[in-house]
Amino acid sequence: MANMDLAAEPLPDPSPATLLRRRVLGHHGLTFGLGVLIIIAAAALFAPFLAAHDPYAQSLFARMKPPFWMEGTDPAHILGTDQLGRDYLARLLYGARISLMIGVVTALISGLIGTTLGVVAGYFGGRVDLVVTFLINVRLSMPVVLVALAVVALFGGSLETVILVLGLLLWDRFAVVMRASVMQLRDLEYVNAAKAIGCSTRRIILSEIMPNVVNNLIIVATLEMAHAILLEAALSFLGLGVQPPTPSWGLMISEGKQMMLFEPWLITIPGIALFLLVLAINLVGDGLRDVTATENRG
Amino acid sequence: MEHPAADTILAVEGLTVDIPVSHGTLHAVRGIDFNLRRGETLCIVGESGSGKSLTSLSIMGLLGKRLKVGARKMEFAGTDLRSLSQAALRELRGNRMAMIFQEPMTSLNPAYTIGDQLTEALLLHRKVSRRDARARAVEVLGKVGITAAESRLAQYPHQLSGGLRQRVMIAMALMCKPELIIADEPTTALDVTIQAQILRLLADLKREMNLALILVTHDLGVVARIADRVAVMYAGEIVESGTAEEIFKRPSHPYTRGLMRCIPVPGRTKPGEPLGSIPGIVPSLIDRVEGCAFRSRCEFAEGACAKPIPERTAASGHVYRCVRPVQEERAA
Amino acid sequence: MTARTTEEPVLELAAITKTYQVKQGLFTRPRPLHALGGVSLRLHRKDVLGLVGESGCGKSTLAKILLGLEKPTTGRVLVDGKEVGGKDRRMLARRIQPIFQDPYSSLNPSKTIEEIVGLPLVVHAIGDSASRQRAVANMLDLVGLPQRVRRGFPGQLSGGQRQRIAIARALIIKPEIVICDEPTSALDVSVQSQILNLLSDLRNELGLTYLFISHNLAVVEHLATRVAVMYLGRIVEEAPAHELFAGPRHPYTRALLASVLTPDPALSIPDMELGISYPNPIDPPSGCHFHPRCAAATDICASTPPPHIQGRSGHVDCHLFRQAADEAAIVPA
Repeated sequence: MANMDLAAEPLPDPSPATLLRRRVLGHHGLTFGLGVLIIIAAAALFAPFLAAHDPYAQSLFARMKPPFWMEGTDPAHILGTDQLGRDYLARLLYGARISLMIGVVTALISGLIGTTLGVVAGYFGGRVDLVVTFLINVRLSMPVVLVALAVVALFGGSLETVILVLGLLLWDRFAVVMRASVMQLRDLEYVNAAKAIGCSTRRIILSEIMPNVVNNLIIVATLEMAHAILLEAALSFLGLGVQPPTPSWGLMISEGKQMMLFEPWLITIPGIALFLLVLAINLVGDGLRDVTATENRG
Repeated sequence: MEHPAADTILAVEGLTVDIPVSHGTLHAVRGIDFNLRRGETLCIVGESGSGKSLTSLSIMGLLGKRLKVGARKMEFAGTDLRSLSQAALRELRGNRMAMIFQEPMTSLNPAYTIGDQLTEALLLHRKVSRRDARARAVEVLGKVGITAAESRLAQYPHQLSGGLRQRVMIAMALMCKPELIIADEPTTALDVTIQAQILRLLADLKREMNLALILVTHDLGVVARIADRVAVMYAGEIVESGTAEEIFKRPSHPYTRGLMRCIPVPGRTKPGEPLGSIPGIVPSLIDRVEGCAFRSRCEFAEGACAKPIPERTAASGHVYRCVRPVQEERAA
Repeated sequence: MTARTTEEPVLELAAITKTYQVKQGLFTRPRPLHALGGVSLRLHRKDVLGLVGESGCGKSTLAKILLGLEKPTTGRVLVDGKEVGGKDRRMLARRIQPIFQDPYSSLNPSKTIEEIVGLPLVVHAIGDSASRQRAVANMLDLVGLPQRVRRGFPGQLSGGQRQRIAIARALIIKPEIVICDEPTSALDVSVQSQILNLLSDLRNELGLTYLFISHNLAVVEHLATRVAVMYLGRIVEEAPAHELFAGPRHPYTRALLASVLTPDPALSIPDMELGISYPNPIDPPSGCHFHPRCAAATDICASTPPPHIQGRSGHVDCHLFRQAADEAAIVPA
């Protein structure tokens, strides 16, 4: 016996995937940011093919060549060369690799730490929550840049050290956001229904709750990526990050700062690149937040 | 409905509310007419998607800018509401027209005391001293049945139960001696015993102060007990309207009849027997809607239902929209 | 009216209490909140026990305890005569399943209907993928939904359709007892009747037992075989449905029934003389918890908790009644 009067009803709305796609394509900040990000990622990926020169190759003859829009440019070096004669385009492209790698790996490490802590605190509450909140407060009371400086000063600067230090420091926002998101969901009826069905705690957290907080996670991840990239640039600028001759954009700015007045391209080119990358990441993060904001409402 | 009488407090003709959505325009309210006399209670009955809440909000002028409200006529005590500026509307709101919402939890500001919110309601519209405003607040709290009113003034909303909060909401609406009160599902969120008390209170106050009352609800039991006139809304239209007695004794529109068959009534519906039901769901109101919106769910639907539906009069003032003529009373 | 069977109750609650410790402020010690104070219930096969009461009466807490979501402070829960402890949540799950009130939050919005309805089978490792899909298909037929909703998401369905999914999910592992916690309160009236009819049909077809929690007495009168009335954590009256509605005894039951507004325009709104004070569960009134609002209260009601008066087919906890000489009937004191 069935109440077949519903047989003729269509599914009233398009699927969440379709709606999401529509909103994404309609959000201009998001599409622009994604576009720039894809270009930068492609540039980093195909750097060996796009760069005509080795970023480490020095040349005394080709020192301080200006880029193509200025006088005295050398067609072999479109973006000019730096004080050691290294091709700037090549250094820019390989620098993109460094920045992206730092952004992604740091976000992964800090994301893992922060999400685990936040989800556990949000779901279990009570004493677990007290401990995690305490840890978050401890971490928040630390000045990140100073701690990073201290660690690097102790262990020497390098790409790996920077990634590790930033990864172990930048998890706080993940923890706070994940904790709040999980707390919002844990008393919803579908979680109770899952418990009543007999789901284990592990299954409830991973299978019922996580899919609904993943969009918040992605948003925080993009913002922390940008954060990490900027921090690395700052550290490298101060000489306590990536070490020469690695082509980090921050390092490039540092190396070019003495010649700022006469050879401005040495700092403007990596500066603009940094700006564009961080802008793109932030646009993507904001865009994702706008686009998924109403989705959570059932 | 014809009420040319001079004591008409609200006259609405051809009210429409359109909501722009991503793929068109949602015609949420599609041309409704009703009049209200002083001292009369009109119940607007409907389910979700009927447009009843939008109707009450549009009379108060509380809809956001994105929603387009249109009407051939919308007059409050002779004043054309459509021609009023926002400032003039604010003058009327809370003063001569007041509204009571469904959720007393969220309608009262948790950061201010009851006393502050009550006195503010008065001070916004009248030039009186704070002391006089407080005196009036105490008086009104007494009217809504709250004892020890003086001490209540210092309390915060979270310290009161749901029923008390709703009484405070009613008190706030009464501060300026309004002529019209619009109550949007005022008792739906309350316990059933408290609901009865609040409705009694509203009925008593209405009589005492000769208030006109519009009560928006989905509960037919409430409607039967408190309404003088009833307007049944479905998919943005009034499908049937008349006196409460008429509507309940001789429901004429298939939707009204369907609704009445759906509800279990102790003493009338047989326990264990299946309840009546209305198959299907409310149709989409996006872009043009031709003919009767109920025809996809109506057991009597025929070809003529796709064309504009005439208004039929069953008895004095009892009006409904259907192609079928008035049915004689028969066993449901 | 069916005769009371002497068979084992399918579900029994024995003197269940539940006390929460509630913090009142930053520095004060927490005070006990007695959400349930000694509740005993028996459900027999194919019963529909209507549990009625208003906010704060403890019916939701009771439902949570039955579903294994909370542990009682004292008391026992017995299924088929065997006690179930807190850790047997999985075992309990195969016998008792819920249908919750809010169709908009009882389904996980990020999962497909197929996943949602099939989850209980996956969790209890019943059958393989093919048999699970068949089971889901059968359930959808049973609740009257077309097969094409399987690939969809809850956000695409209406409230009534979602509630049908909730019913399908609850029934797919063939429980004996279904806890319906206000299953139609959030639905439109026209949809409500569809769901109520469905619940009734399924009960007859599958031999289910329901604990039907609702504040809507008209619905309870229509569906229930027995009714228990709760007030501030206690059952104040219990009786077969038709007996309770024909002759309510406890003053609170009378007030509740009087508040039911039938759609009769000739009547007005009744005055139950309950007063406006509402009890604070952390600081309940002395003696009988209902006495401050009771029109028939006497001195003893304020000082002494009411006696439990057992009759042949039910009970009432009130000073106004006593047991008749032959211990079979409840008569006024």
